[in-house]
Amino acid sequence: MGTNVSLEDKFQAYVDAENRVEPKDWMPEKYRKTLIRQISQHAHSEIIGMQPEANWITRAPSLRAKLILLAKVQDEAGHGLYLYSAAETLGEPREKMIADLQSGKAKYSSIFNYPTPSWADMGTIGWLVDGAAIQNQVMLTRTSYGPYARAMVKICKEESFHQRQGYEVVMKLAQGTPEQKAMAQESLNRWWWPSLMMFGPSDDNSPNSEQSMKWKIKRKSNDTLRQEFVDKTVPQAEYLGLTIPDADLKWNEERGHYDFGEINWAEFYEVIKGNGPCNKERIAHHVKAHEEGAWVREAANAYAKKQADRASNDASAA
Amino acid sequence: MSESNWKLWEVFLRSKNGLSHKHVGSLHAADAEMAIKNARDVYTRRSEGISIWVVPSEEITASSPDEKDPLFTPSDDKVYRHPTFYDIPDDVEHM
Repeated sequence: MGTNVSLEDKFQAYVDAENRVEPKDWMPEKYRKTLIRQISQHAHSEIIGMQPEANWITRAPSLRAKLILLAKVQDEAGHGLYLYSAAETLGEPREKMIADLQSGKAKYSSIFNYPTPSWADMGTIGWLVDGAAIQNQVMLTRTSYGPYARAMVKICKEESFHQRQGYEVVMKLAQGTPEQKAMAQESLNRWWWPSLMMFGPSDDNSPNSEQSMKWKIKRKSNDTLRQEFVDKTVPQAEYLGLTIPDADLKWNEERGHYDFGEINWAEFYEVIKGNGPCNKERIAHHVKAHEEGAWVREAANAYAKKQADRASNDASAA
Repeated sequence: MSESNWKLWEVFLRSKNGLSHKHVGSLHAADAEMAIKNARDVYTRRSEGISIWVVPSEEITASSPDEKDPLFTPSDDKVYRHPTFYDIPDDVEHM
């Protein structure tokens, strides 16, 4: 053997040198599989994530708020589509990804299995949920797989609107009447912990993380991203005069970071397993929308066929 | 097929991994393989690319210039799609 370098080693050296991997390049099968899993989960999260917010479109408190919410939900659909097409460059058919989502084989972010009973949740989601997503996605603009990185660049630009509109909603409530401020606080109380769970299991319990970091699919660990998010978000809550629902939260001078309490991991794993407050509702709605749209897809196919038949008839007549 | 009947092909180059293929121009060729070879000779003489895509020009469907207004002006008045539409105080960082 001696000087023989395996394809895997070459690939690792290529990635280590900060080169991007493109669809037709050789890649380890596990790299491909990991990316398909991660990108399709990410796409599913964008698509399922439309539901908790769409819940408030018809009840938005002003026309301005309604236009903004519509634009945001429309963006989420777009983000889902960018990501599905990035996953398709790895050879995974779109229909299979959708089938895996609907059968429960594929996961999506656990955060979207929580309900949105209050208008304040529209603000909190933009501020915290999109804020946490941005934390993760900014890292992913430098992921080693080219099509995924490019999709992330586009998504990150658009997410900035999402977070700012959310913070604006919360700010208006926090600076409003005592009842409005209480609404904002109540919403923060419900969303804080699930937002921290968005970064995934702690580093000790995240078996795939090490390999993903080695391949530079991820560049920061779950706990590192979570800490960065907490450090950025605490002052934003303080500005609003809202209280983060964590008695253990305090600035640690020595570490230069906020210390925070233990996440309820039992709840996290229950929601992942399908036992969150809205898991069944979310998938049932996706299936229903997909089935109710069947006639539109059939009509489009029938129209395309008719046009093609006409064109070929015209060609043979001429 | 005479040379004058050769199809027109649009050429896209990726200058390096990590960047998208970008349209650089077109050329005539009898088939896809020749189009790649010609694109290599015509468009990458100075290391402009590391990957070439060629697409028959006739396969490209373009939006009509006449439809420019109905297609693209509706987004002009949706200023709320931009982050700068929202007033976030300067004291609030990382937003």
